[in-house]
Amino acid sequence: MAEQVKREVTLNIPIHPNMELVAAHTASILAEIMEFEENHIDEIQLAIIETCINAFEHSNSRDSKVTVTYVLTDNELELKITDHGIGFGMDQAKLLTGEARARAMQKRGWGLEIIREMMDEVGIDSSDEGTTITMLKKRV
Amino acid sequence: MATSFNVNTRTEDGYAVIETDGYLNGPTGERLAETAKDLLNQGYNTLVINLEKTRLVNSIGISILIEIIEFLQEHGGALHFCHLTPVIERTFKMMGLAQHAEIHPDEASATTNL
Repeated sequence: MAEQVKREVTLNIPIHPNMELVAAHTASILAEIMEFEENHIDEIQLAIIETCINAFEHSNSRDSKVTVTYVLTDNELELKITDHGIGFGMDQAKLLTGEARARAMQKRGWGLEIIREMMDEVGIDSSDEGTTITMLKKRV
Repeated sequence: MATSFNVNTRTEDGYAVIETDGYLNGPTGERLAETAKDLLNQGYNTLVINLEKTRLVNSIGISILIEIIEFLQEHGGALHFCHLTPVIERTFKMMGLAQHAEIHPDEASATTNL
């Protein structure tokens, strides 16, 4: 079986308003090249926006930047978003379920849930050295 | 993908329409909320937000839309949305907006019976 060719793009974005759009736009271009459906491109863009603004708002990143790595294979787009901030524990996850929060119209703290809804796989690796969120979208 | 954001408003008999154009996030959501409050002060407590030219709404933008729903409800009004992309509609439903505001495919159906 032939080994899949991986193509990789890395972007360093400063923590600054609207810079999440740079990461999202890059993802959009790469997903278009991979011939993802338009709706799936929107999902990828929203997931990356939520990940970036979460890092912008909460990471207290020491170098004030976020690194986004895009890994393209034949049928999958993998995104890795890394900050060098203070990390976050899963105990910060909200206690209410998504449905209960929706009923209560809870305004904030939806980022991670949206990311999980939009992407096929989401992994979180966090410590006091920083956080990497890895997300995968499969082309269908 | 432009970073500019514009709102256009139009008042009709008994309701007002706000058309957005661009990325809806915290700062642009605040601008939208100011526009909604201005219309409320003019006596329009039933608003239709047409998102036809908005393809991305982040969770902070949605949180501000929830605030708009809340202040319209406090004044006996209601908020209607139209022309949502499938992803925006799904996110609205996730975050509970769909339970407190009506979602319509287009402006004609949103404004019927207003």
